[in-house]
Order: sequence, then C-alpha cells, then structure tokens
Amino acid sequence: MFTGLATWFEGIKAEFILNFIDKDRWMLLWKGLQNTLIITLFALLIGIALGIVIATVRTTWDKNELTMRKGIGRFCLKLADWLCRVYTTIIRGTPVVIQLMIMYYIIFASSDNGVLIAIVAFGLNSGAYVSEIFRGGILSIDKGQFEAGRSLGLSYVQTMIHIITPQMLKVVLPTLANEFIVLIKETSVAGYVAVMDLTFAGNRIRGVTYSAFMPLLAVALIYLIMVMFLTWLVGKLERRLRQSDNR
Amino acid sequence: MITVKNLHKSFGQLEVLKGIDQHISPGEKLVVIGPSGSGKSTFLRCLNLLELPTDGQILFEGTDITDPKCDINKIRRRMGMVFQQFNLFPHLTVMQNMTLAPVKLGLMSKDEAVQKATALLTRVGLLEKAKAYPKQLSGGQQQRIAIVRALCMNPDVMLFDEPTSALDPEMVGEVLDVMKQLAQDGMTMVVVTHEMGFAREVGDRVLFMDEGVVLEEGTPAEIFTNPKNPRTQDFLHKVL
Repeated sequence: MFTGLATWFEGIKAEFILNFIDKDRWMLLWKGLQNTLIITLFALLIGIALGIVIATVRTTWDKNELTMRKGIGRFCLKLADWLCRVYTTIIRGTPVVIQLMIMYYIIFASSDNGVLIAIVAFGLNSGAYVSEIFRGGILSIDKGQFEAGRSLGLSYVQTMIHIITPQMLKVVLPTLANEFIVLIKETSVAGYVAVMDLTFAGNRIRGVTYSAFMPLLAVALIYLIMVMFLTWLVGKLERRLRQSDNR
Repeated sequence: MITVKNLHKSFGQLEVLKGIDQHISPGEKLVVIGPSGSGKSTFLRCLNLLELPTDGQILFEGTDITDPKCDINKIRRRMGMVFQQFNLFPHLTVMQNMTLAPVKLGLMSKDEAVQKATALLTRVGLLEKAKAYPKQLSGGQQQRIAIVRALCMNPDVMLFDEPTSALDPEMVGEVLDVMKQLAQDGMTMVVVTHEMGFAREVGDRVLFMDEGVVLEEGTPAEIFTNPKNPRTQDFLHKVL
C-alpha cells in the first residue's frame, strides 16, 4: 500500500514537471495570467467610466423629463437617453463572444492587437451592465435625500456628487463586485480572437503535453484565487463604507 | 416677502392647487392646516419650487422664481426647508450634515461653518451629538438637527412640511419647542401642520385649505374659536 502511494506521488510529480517545468511551460501560464489581468483591469475601468456616464444620462433624463423646459438642452438629453438605451439593449442582448469577434474580425479587422481589442470589447460589454447597476443604485436612494440637497441650495450636480453618489456606492458595491467577478472569468473567451489569456495558455499546454488534468486544474485554481482575493478586498471596503450604519 | 399669485398645480389630470393668492410678510408665522390631500404640502413645496407650478407666479422679495431665467439654487439658499421624514444625510455625521451646503456653496469657510453649526447645536442642546450619525439619533433629535441644518444657511424664511407627523408622540414637544423658539427670534415661517395647539399659539395667521383652495383664513382666534366655513367647522370638530 505504501509503495502504491509512492508510485501515485511519483506520477503526479512527473505530470507536474511535464506540464509546468519542462521547457519553462509555466511561463505560458504567467504570460496568460498577465494578459487576463491587463484585459480585466482596463475593461473594468472602461466599464465603470461608461457605466457612470450612461447611468447619469438615464437617471438625469428620468428625473427631469417632467419638469425640464423645452429647448436644445432637453432635446440633447432626450437623444442621449435614447442612445444609451439602444446601446444597453444591444450589448445585453448579444453574447460577449460574438461582440468580441465582431470587434476583432469586422470593426478592427485592420489591427491585430488582440489584447487591446479584447479590452475594448469587454469594456464596452461591462459598461452596459455596470450602468444598470449604478442606475438601480441611484433609483434606490430615497427621493427625500435629493430634495433635501436641492432645498439647501445645492445644484443638481452637487446633490448627485455629495449626497446621492456616496450612498449609492454603498448600495451597489456587492452587485458591482459580482459584475467584476463575472468579468474576470468572462475574459476566458479572449482565446477566440487569438489572445493568449490564462485559459488559452492552459489549453496550449494541454495541447502539447496531451495531459489535461494539471493545466486545467492550475488554470481553475488561479481564477479561484483571483476571485477570492477580490471578494476579500470588497468585503473590507464594504465594512468601511458601512461605518455610518453602526448604532 | 413671498407673494403667490394665482398658483395652480396639476399632477397629470389631477388638479391639486386651484388658484392660490397669498402674501407672506417678513416675520410672519403662517400656519397651513387642512385634511390630507387638500394640497397644503404641495402649496408649501411650490414655494421653493420643489414642485414646479403649472400656472401662476411666486415672487420672493420681488423676484419671480417661476421665471425660467431665475437661478432657483440662489433663492433656495435663503429658504430653509424641514421635511416630514427629516431627510438627514445618513452617510454624514451631524456636523457634516450641517456644514456641507454652506461650505460647498462657498458661503462660509470650513471653520466658519463649524463655528455656526456648533452655536446652533448648543442652542438645541445637541452639541454632544455633533459626531454622531443620523441613525444613532431618535426621531425628535433627527428633526431638531434637520431644523438647525436649514438654519446653518442663514435663511430668511423657513418652510416646515408637517415636521412632527413622523414622530413618536413623546418627541413632538421637543421639536415644537425649537420651532417656537425660532418664532420668538422673529424668523419668517410657513408651517404645514396638524398640531393645532402650535398653530394657535405661534401662528399669526392660519389658512384652512381643502381641495386645492384656501377656504378660510384669519388669526388663530378667528379660525379656532369662530370658524365661519362649515368645512372648517367640520374639520376642527374632528381634530380638536
């Protein structure tokens, strides 16, 4: 029995060396992880920026539609609101892989910078979801908060920045964190446009070593660690934001 | 100070205010009473344009605030408002609640605002709560903070929208006391309330509103001891 265990351990060791040590194959995973992180991070930034803009346009229109006076400002806001809704509908209505491939093979067909295209595609995709999260957060804040701000003489923008946004962020943080977790893992389809991300790297190792167990397990483990780290980080942030709830 | 001319307000098909003409003089304490749904809160909210009138004019010290060219934010700095639900900012401490607007609007330096807020908090006996968050306070304390938050802007007039309606009965007194003190200091006040005792004691003039119009107005003595309109009589009979 003891020898059985030893043989099994020897096998694992050989597998490990074959998949990660030989020809420095771990470098592939390292490279892939870097790409995954770069794509996620920048897509996240684009997504948040876009999400803020879209949520702002849409809630501003919703809040002011009934009271806004006719004129060029009203027309522009209405048009912007319409564009945002069309954008959200299209992005949320189609799979992200298709959007990625449309970006790579059609819109940016002349470029072969896959990482950059992936950043743009995932950023645009995430923006649509993040905007809905922010919008829901803004709508969840009691209307009295807004009125209290305005009645003190603060402008619409000042009220949004100093009163609504801080409260909204606290509300949306768990949902937003969830969106980021989804985004990290969603980037695993980047391989469709020949981007060497973490998943693609693992798959390539599997392709040359004909051994599936180790590479796939390693890839899964790395994703898991990233998500767990993010969850921990968000939990810390949440506790800090909840300071004013302490009784 | 405030002149209201032929004020109309509709929500869709529903006409809530059907032509109101009023004049509020400096230092006057105007109390608005009436059954719920009579339009008294809407009337008050029109005064600082939280509700945009459908028709009519509102003049604040000669400026027509319903004019699209009027900068309503500038006008609102001079009109404090207190809400039924307090509407303190839950993410800010009491001190931050009070100093946010004066500082962000550039009316006071941080130090000046803190000084002003400290004086006001001392006056209402809540100085030790300066660093507390609204959720740590009772309803009565929250509403007193809401009043001094508005006062921190040095307003010329204070609007009260049923300030004691959301309070537990034992906390009504402490809020009314602050309002009475404010009235004694000569503040111009417009108060929508169900507190008839307060209306009688503090009001210079009482409006009885029903179904979007002012049915009867007069001194508290006239309205409470000798109401002429049968609807006023009926309402007072029910609430007193």
